[in-house]
Amino acid sequence: MKKMNKVVSVMSAAVIALSMLAGCGDTAADTAGTGDAGSASGDKVFKIGAIGPLTGGAAAYGNAVCNAAELAVAEINANGGINGYQVEYKKQDDELNAEKSVNAYNTLKDWGMQVLVGSTTSACSIAVSEYTKADNMFQLTPSGSAEDCVKYDNAFRVCFSDPNQGIASAQYISDHNLATKVGIIYDSSDVYSSGIYQKFVQESEGKNFEVVSAEAFTADNNTDFSVQLQKAKDAGADLVFLPIYYKEAALILTQASTMGYAPTFFGVDGLDGILTVENFDVSLAEGVMLLTPFAADATDDLTVNFVKNYQEKYGEIPNQFAADAYDAVFIIKQAMEAKGVTPDMSVSDICEAVKGAMTEIEASGLTSAKMTWAANGEPNKEPKAVIIKDGAYVSAQ
Amino acid sequence: MSFLTYFINGLSLGSIYAIIALGYTMVYGIAKMLNFAHGDFIMVGCYIIFSVSGALSGNSIVGIIVAIILCTLLGITTEFVAYRPLRGAASPLAVLITAIGVSYLLENLALLIFGADIKSFTSVIKWEGLTFADGQLRIQGVTIVTIVVSILILIVLQFFINKTKQGQAMLAVAEDRGAATLMGINVNRTIMLTFAIGSALAAVAGALLCSAYPSLSPYTGAMPGIKAFVAAVLGGIGSIPGAMIGGLVLGIVEILSKTYISSQLSDAIVFGILVVVLLVRPTGILGKKIQEKV
Amino acid sequence: MKLDKKSKSNLITYAIVIAAYIIFQVLAMTGNLSSHMKGLLVPMTYYAVIAVALNLCVGILGELSIGHCGFMCIGAFTSAFFSKITADILPTAPRFFLAFLIGIGFAALFGFLIGIPVLRLKGDYLAIVTLAFGEIIKNVINAFYIGIDKNGLHFSMKNSMELGMEADGNILVNGAMGITGTPHDANFTVGIVVLLISLFVVQNLVNSRDGRAIMAIRDNYIAAESTGINVTGYKMMAFTISAAIAGAAGVLFSHNITTLTASSQYFGYNASIMILVYVVLGGIGNIRGSVIAACILYLLPELLRGLSTYRMLIYSIVLIIMMIVNWSPKVIEWRKKTFGKVKLPGRKEVA
Repeated sequence: MKKMNKVVSVMSAAVIALSMLAGCGDTAADTAGTGDAGSASGDKVFKIGAIGPLTGGAAAYGNAVCNAAELAVAEINANGGINGYQVEYKKQDDELNAEKSVNAYNTLKDWGMQVLVGSTTSACSIAVSEYTKADNMFQLTPSGSAEDCVKYDNAFRVCFSDPNQGIASAQYISDHNLATKVGIIYDSSDVYSSGIYQKFVQESEGKNFEVVSAEAFTADNNTDFSVQLQKAKDAGADLVFLPIYYKEAALILTQASTMGYAPTFFGVDGLDGILTVENFDVSLAEGVMLLTPFAADATDDLTVNFVKNYQEKYGEIPNQFAADAYDAVFIIKQAMEAKGVTPDMSVSDICEAVKGAMTEIEASGLTSAKMTWAANGEPNKEPKAVIIKDGAYVSAQ
Repeated sequence: MSFLTYFINGLSLGSIYAIIALGYTMVYGIAKMLNFAHGDFIMVGCYIIFSVSGALSGNSIVGIIVAIILCTLLGITTEFVAYRPLRGAASPLAVLITAIGVSYLLENLALLIFGADIKSFTSVIKWEGLTFADGQLRIQGVTIVTIVVSILILIVLQFFINKTKQGQAMLAVAEDRGAATLMGINVNRTIMLTFAIGSALAAVAGALLCSAYPSLSPYTGAMPGIKAFVAAVLGGIGSIPGAMIGGLVLGIVEILSKTYISSQLSDAIVFGILVVVLLVRPTGILGKKIQEKV
Repeated sequence: MKLDKKSKSNLITYAIVIAAYIIFQVLAMTGNLSSHMKGLLVPMTYYAVIAVALNLCVGILGELSIGHCGFMCIGAFTSAFFSKITADILPTAPRFFLAFLIGIGFAALFGFLIGIPVLRLKGDYLAIVTLAFGEIIKNVINAFYIGIDKNGLHFSMKNSMELGMEADGNILVNGAMGITGTPHDANFTVGIVVLLISLFVVQNLVNSRDGRAIMAIRDNYIAAESTGINVTGYKMMAFTISAAIAGAAGVLFSHNITTLTASSQYFGYNASIMILVYVVLGGIGNIRGSVIAACILYLLPELLRGLSTYRMLIYSIVLIIMMIVNWSPKVIEWRKKTFGKVKLPGRKEVA
């Protein structure tokens, strides 16, 4: 015990000293950086940062966002940058933890970030927006879909909001007479999923279908869905609404098939990615409908190139998170170009300029051919309904 | 009828918990350490089967054998490198924390090697299962196989521990390490053997876990691991039949509480039942009562 | 004035905390602290606080708890709820103070209630039941829906639609979405004050008659019982105080990040185990060690950010190596031989 304490105290002293040095080192590097920029003004660059869960259970989403943003930046740089300036890019891990997300944001700020693409997930994005608001930094979240993500005027998003998706889904099911009895399986521990679920149920009142079962699962209990499926089956649901991510959906489809239960499955953008799960039997997803702004096998040039380049670089087929992030970077580019933003402007000035541009531009990207924004940060774009046929998306109009 | 359906679902889930708990309790009961990395050994096993079967165009038998061998080696190595130096440390918590470190290490290695996205695992059990009552009741093949394999493992382990010299040595080590050393038992070797068996069982459990729930990610093993730990405690620490019963009870309770009470609160209910059971039987269902003396 | 060894050691602990506070404040004021480091200061204090709380439970009381973040969760939610409903009524200082009282009070209450069944168990069984309670708390809070409108408060355990709110209503606690928009009241100074108070409480408890009774129970409860010590009473006392301090950490937590969700990242067993890692690495029963280890281990992954994808991998390897270096009997023996003669002042002897 005695020895212990000695070692702890020595070690701790060392680490604290080290951390101080690191802290000072950071600032030293920063000042050096600005010094360089001042002396050689021709080499000025834009600095764009991205935040997402790169480790932990949600790593698939964070990596998609951060990789696609990196890809977009690389393409922009290859084509001459933004307003003639090159773009530097850095990503940071937040482990799906709002507190770590703020740490990640501060790290990027120390690095000199001027615009933030992130955070990937809703709760993290909301937490970070408190800080971007205080610093007046422009924040464009590719995939933070909760209502509160864009409550500040400096925050915008690329994806649909949760309420938007819930309403659109209920509307679509009703308009196309897809079902009379609807079962829902949602993740009650997830902001995205419970957000869509709540709006969907509210919106389905007075529609031509009835919600007959709504069963939850939680992040700690997301392998066995037999009960949720059995309940939907027993209640006679002919359509099961899945406002969840493809990770769980892949399991649900498998288990429904073992049970011999074959309703129509209807999902939202989180379901995109299910066809590209390695080794997944796509025949299980036959007939699944989803409202998604992005389909990796679309045949337009933009998507084809994006999917090809992404796959070459990262070895995976990009999902809707990646598409949102890729669009986000190009939207920032377009907005910056609209206002002639240059890297020597302050973070706050860039924010004001880009913010002003956002409500004026009309962007075209992977997730929609025509996107516009309201000043409240919400995108205005058409959700596309697709149906899975023979292992591929087909437009369901 | 619907109750029976749910009950069978519970049995399926419980059988998976049971087979994981068998490996867990082996290490836990004898080495007296909570191997938090056990769930991650399972994950490693799954990835090995996935990769080997993929390379051999779906030959899962070879995959399982390779996984068992490699997991055993992994278990022995981990024990030797990370756990053995801490044997006899001032607090038993030291090795627990190291196990957590090993767990992080394995998860992050898998993340770097295989990526974060899920992979769909092809079931190693091709059999569809049995149907009763005109197809209204169905027991999946993987459930039956899991239960049969669990029972086989249970019998073999019981025989091994009670009838062989090595098994007796394990019991002795579990009972009193100091006395076991005095009796000429090589404690280090015995514990290493325990880890070897436990890790081999993790590979088998992994094959069945991923056959039942075919989605594989670096974090696949974490939650089933902790549930299996709960099952092992519920059944009584160190009791091999207890682990089996604990696993089945846990699975059935989980499914039934989801069905009849609330799917949102099922975790709370399951843990609540665990608390109640332990208050009534403070050493688990099959645990031995230990009288403490001064 | 001559101080005995224990008071001296206690004073050194306070001195370290205060010195760290002054150093960081000076660095911040002179602009030498990066925003990243500035952002880490408050989390460091509340992780130090909860490490102190857990050390009271694990080190002094001798009962392994792997659900302590559950108490933090209770403190965080009750205080955030209070702050949210009174945000427009009360000025910041008294509101934050009351939030502390409420958070600590509720955490202590639940500590007491949970302590009644938990402390009847022993060893690993006790540990698993604390884990169970931690998960239950998290799971139940995730299913809370509370809203307010002109008819008063509405409550549901199912979903927000069940609240039956009027159009002007405002949902305060929205299940998994938790509480958003808690005022951002916590700062480094408050954090340090809370840390100093919890250190004061725990160190004084340890050196008091009650503390000695608690440690006697830890070392041999049968012997303690036979000397007439009220075993249950003292166990309950230590456990409740520990829960209360964890609640204080929760109050700091919820008033530092504005979105509070009862998810596993913050309050699950994994988070509780992280706190246990701080305690074990800092030295079981060594209060000062917990504070230092909490700071180091919280900083470590943050300082490794430069390594990008290898960050968590390296963190896990460092964790294993630190454990072996600090705890392995053989390594300790070797260290004794090599550095045996070096003496450092201010060591504290516990256990």
